[in-house]
Amino acid sequence: MLTPFKKIWELVCRIWSSANRPAKHLSIGFLTIGGFVAGVMFWGGFNTALEYTNTEEFCVSCHEMGDNVFVELKPTIHYSNRSGVRATCPDCHVPHNWTDKISRKMQASKEVWGKLFGTINTREKFQAERRRLAGHEWDRLKANNSLECRNCHSTESMDITVQSTRAAEAHQAFLFTGEKTCIDCHKGIAHELPDMTGVEGWE
Amino acid sequence: MKRFLVHITTAVGLLALASTTALSDGAATLRQGEPIASEAEAPKMNKVENNDVKRVRNYPEQPPTIPHQTRDYEISLNANKCLSCHARTRTGESQAPMVSVTHYMDRDNQVLATVSPRRYFCNQCHVTQVTAPPLVENEFIDVEHIIKGE
Repeated sequence: MLTPFKKIWELVCRIWSSANRPAKHLSIGFLTIGGFVAGVMFWGGFNTALEYTNTEEFCVSCHEMGDNVFVELKPTIHYSNRSGVRATCPDCHVPHNWTDKISRKMQASKEVWGKLFGTINTREKFQAERRRLAGHEWDRLKANNSLECRNCHSTESMDITVQSTRAAEAHQAFLFTGEKTCIDCHKGIAHELPDMTGVEGWE
Repeated sequence: MKRFLVHITTAVGLLALASTTALSDGAATLRQGEPIASEAEAPKMNKVENNDVKRVRNYPEQPPTIPHQTRDYEISLNANKCLSCHARTRTGESQAPMVSVTHYMDRDNQVLATVSPRRYFCNQCHVTQVTAPPLVENEFIDVEHIIKGE
C-alpha cells in the first residue's frame, strides 16, 4: 500500500539532491548571466502573452463575446461618443493592478472551460446564463468599490456643476457620501440587462 | 399610325410637363430633390433637452414629456430603466415624480400592485424633447385661451 508513496518520495529526494548539488560543468558566470537573460526572456514572454489576452481583439475573437456583449456595447456611450475616448473590454472587466489582474486571470481559466464545452455557444444559452454572469460582475464591482469605473471616473475630477440637476443631486447624496458605489445605480450601461426581477433597485 | 404617334407625343409631353411642375413647386420628397446617384447630406441632429424642468402640458390628459436624456435606457422584457426611478417604491430614494396612479390600474380601473403591463413601455407615450425648430407652424390653441375667449 505504501509503495507508490515511497516511490514518489524517492523521486522527490533524487530531484532535490541533484538540484542541491553545485554545478559540475557550468561556470558561475554562465549561470548568473544565463539565468538573468533567461529570466528576462521568460518574464517578457509571459507578460506579452498576458497583455495579449488583455486586448479587445482577443476578447472578441470568441464569437460568444463578439456576437453578444460586444455588439451590445457598440451603440452605448462607452464605445461611441463625442470625444472618441472609449473603453475596451479589459478596461472595465480586468483589474489594472498586477496582483488583482493575475487573480482575475486565474479565475478566467473557468471561462476557458466554458469555451471548450460550449456553455454559452448560442445566443439562447447565453441569455439563459446572463443573470448569473452579470451577477458575477456586479458582485466583483460592488466588492472593489467600482474600481474599474473609478480608474477613469474619479470623484475628485467630477464637476457636478456641469451635470444635469438630477445627476448632480444623486451623486451628492449617494456617491460622495459613500452610501452607494457606481454599480449600484449604473447597471447595464454598456450591455443589455438580464431579467432584473428581484435585483435591488429594479421593479 | 398617325393617330398612334399623336397619342405617344401627347403622353410624353404630359409626362415631361408633370415632372417639371413636380420639381418646380418644391414638393417634399424623401430625397429632397437629390439626384438618385448621389446621397443627400443628413440633417443635423438636435440636442436632447436635459434641463430637468417640467414642461406645461397642452391639455390635462397629455402624457408629460421627459425633461432629461434617456440614451441607452433599456425598456425590455428584462428591465425597465425608467421604473428604477419613477416606480412608487423607488421615488423615496430617487425623488423623481411617481408614475401616475392611472398606470397602476387595469383597463377596468381595478387597482394593481405594480405598473400595468399595458403601461410598461413608457416611451410609447412619454418622449424626450429636442431643440429642433418646428417644421411647420403650430396652430394649436390651449383650451384655457378658448374658455377666456382670447
